[in-house]
Amino acid sequence: MATAAAAVHAPAQTESGLWSWVTTVDHKRIGVLYGTTAFLFFLIGGLEALVMRLQLVRPDNTLVSPDFFNQLFTMHGTTMIFLAVMPLSASFFNFIIPLMIGARDVAFPRLNAFSYWVFLCGAVFLNLSFFLGGAPNVGWFAYSNLTSSQYSPGHGVDFWAVGLQILGIASLAAGFNFIVTIINLRAPGMRLMRMPVFVWMTLVTSFLIILAFPVITVALVFLLFDRLTGTNFFVPTAGADPLLWQHLFWLFGHPEVYILILPAMGIVSEVLPTFSRKPLFGYPVVVYSGIFIGFMGWGVWSHHMFSVGLGPFADSFFALTTMLIAIPTGVKIFNWIATIWGGRVELKTAMLFSLGFIAMFTMGGLSGFMHASPPADLQQTDTYFVVAHIHYVLFGGAIMGIFSGIYYWFPKITGRLMDERLGKLHFWGMLIALNVTFFPMHFVGLLGMPRRVYTYAPNMGFDGMNLLSTIGALMLVPALLVFMWNLWSSARRGKPAGNDPWGGATLEWAIPSPPPPYNFGSVPRVGSLDPLWHKESREAALASNQVHGPIHMPPPSYWPAVSALGMSLLMSGMIFGWWFGIPGLVLTLVGLYSWAFEPCT
Amino acid sequence: MSSASLAHAGAREAHATTTGLNSRKMLFWAFLGSECMFFGSLISTYLVYRGRDSSGPHPHEVLNIPFTSVSAFVLLMSSLTMVLALAAVQRGNLRGTRIWLAATALLGMMFIAGQCYEFTEFFYEGLKLQGNLFGCTFFVLTGFHGTHVTVGVIWLWTLFAMAMRNRLPQERALDVEIAGLYWHFVDVVWIAIFTLIYLIQ
Repeated sequence: MATAAAAVHAPAQTESGLWSWVTTVDHKRIGVLYGTTAFLFFLIGGLEALVMRLQLVRPDNTLVSPDFFNQLFTMHGTTMIFLAVMPLSASFFNFIIPLMIGARDVAFPRLNAFSYWVFLCGAVFLNLSFFLGGAPNVGWFAYSNLTSSQYSPGHGVDFWAVGLQILGIASLAAGFNFIVTIINLRAPGMRLMRMPVFVWMTLVTSFLIILAFPVITVALVFLLFDRLTGTNFFVPTAGADPLLWQHLFWLFGHPEVYILILPAMGIVSEVLPTFSRKPLFGYPVVVYSGIFIGFMGWGVWSHHMFSVGLGPFADSFFALTTMLIAIPTGVKIFNWIATIWGGRVELKTAMLFSLGFIAMFTMGGLSGFMHASPPADLQQTDTYFVVAHIHYVLFGGAIMGIFSGIYYWFPKITGRLMDERLGKLHFWGMLIALNVTFFPMHFVGLLGMPRRVYTYAPNMGFDGMNLLSTIGALMLVPALLVFMWNLWSSARRGKPAGNDPWGGATLEWAIPSPPPPYNFGSVPRVGSLDPLWHKESREAALASNQVHGPIHMPPPSYWPAVSALGMSLLMSGMIFGWWFGIPGLVLTLVGLYSWAFEPCT
Repeated sequence: MSSASLAHAGAREAHATTTGLNSRKMLFWAFLGSECMFFGSLISTYLVYRGRDSSGPHPHEVLNIPFTSVSAFVLLMSSLTMVLALAAVQRGNLRGTRIWLAATALLGMMFIAGQCYEFTEFFYEGLKLQGNLFGCTFFVLTGFHGTHVTVGVIWLWTLFAMAMRNRLPQERALDVEIAGLYWHFVDVVWIAIFTLIYLIQ
């Protein structure tokens, strides 16, 4: 128990074998694990989208069967939301947040490792369904009572529900961890209103996670009870109301939208000032807007349900709250523009992606604002117009923001610069491709083409624009290949980045790239909102590189991975039976108890 | 989840945090916030579905208020013994710690036993998980509460085992305090459930 004051480098932290990655509790390594895993699933989700676009390239196409098409759009949505965008954001939370607040690690390093391993298990579990009797085919929102055993026999929906439960554990654990990390592990002098906006947005996102995920947990519990034990939570003949599912789902689902977008907004709020050489315009207003969005995100869920007929009062209420939430979003957009205004703008790739984010997200916001109005929504709902909207906010928004973050922090993570020429090629390729793909969807949607339908008849006026969308989707492939080549080659042969290649303002740029395992040699003192941009606070921040005395780092542990595996096996027992459930339970208990009683000093 | 986890770091982390609050305790409060949404959703579902059943058994036909009042009282008393356990460990009173931890766990087990009896009784009166809406909402809601109590009981016995092996000194009072937070929360949830389901029909 007594501190065996380890040397400056805890030995295992510098190892690089596979085992060291399994047992790591270093937030930076876990961030890299999250990032690579999530990017892999981003590619899988993209591939699913590509097959759908190929199916829709011409009317009456027969590339895939209707049922497989259903599986594709269900898994595409689920994958992109839970296995790509959320964990990609989580990879930045992991790598960047402790650096930005001047901490050695997150508050609970082993819990952090646990989150990652649960996420990995859940992601693999969900995708196993493709090989074990068919993937879920009921849409990522899985409306009841389409999901009942009667209408969805087979195990697809079970895989979906159990998979999301497992992933929920990962998200919840990470949410708790980052709330405590941000509130409790800030360096001296970093008051709340000196936290970088990315830290603020992570905090708001974490609160949304811990409050929204229990709601979907309960909905999934009901669904699983209905399917596995024959209860009647969503069975209309027993007097149940299938709309209960929609309310529970969207009460989670709308905060989830902000869980997806707020981190990207945070990234953009870091990138724009750096490459405009100006502090963020109206920092407090940007922070308050983010918090306000977080609150308001709870009061708009029924705008996903205008078409079910909730009555004029509910419709008006949710229309108004939805329009209200556009205000803080608009405030942020104007603040970003004002940040660029009059700045010495450097069009590095990271900056281009942030600018692309503003443009694309604004377009997505505008189409979103259109279906805030119930009469307009009734025309647009379940058409490709909504598909266009969500892809402008999630692809044009969240993914663009995440790419901006990758280009911005890659030098910090690897110590090398990414190739700017390839980066710009990637940016323009992606920007053009995504507009070619999604812009025509506005029009086919308004023409009445329903979403989630595997084909369409000729002579409906849909042909040309669907062809265009498919061409756009194919154009995304080379753009992403350029990115992957850039990532690979820059990681090996990129120019050395130095501590601060961009002249950034925040603490992570004060320390070496890649950062040493202990991040800061001594605890930094934070003297301003932009510590590296003011003479005195800069000196104080740079002084943190000096090591005074021994640094204590948490030792590696494999119990988080064991517990994660055990918990996932336990939950998979709901489908696979006792042979998985019982060993899972044993492994969970062994894992958790060993974890709890493991000496951690 | 990890009852005694990170306990070793307890004293150290309390001094090093920005707010001065202990990180584990803060995590636990966040967890309880999350649990509020969990039970909130379960209870809301029960309330939304209340009175929609065309076939029985209905709540007033099966619920046995005197019996459940007693088990609710038992659970409430366990909160008292939990407070006493914490007070004992904070004073370094090892014997008191052992006694009150065991008492709390035993009271929790009594509550669970009561719930098992109650569930069995209801089952024979025709209230089934797969039956009407009252059945499924009631059993799932109170079942999840019972699961929480069970987890708490296991946690308490773990602490008790630590106390028996002299591994629960004064400096680790926080381990008991956090278990106590959980225990009191589960109690408070029961007050809500008891009021909304049993008393207000």
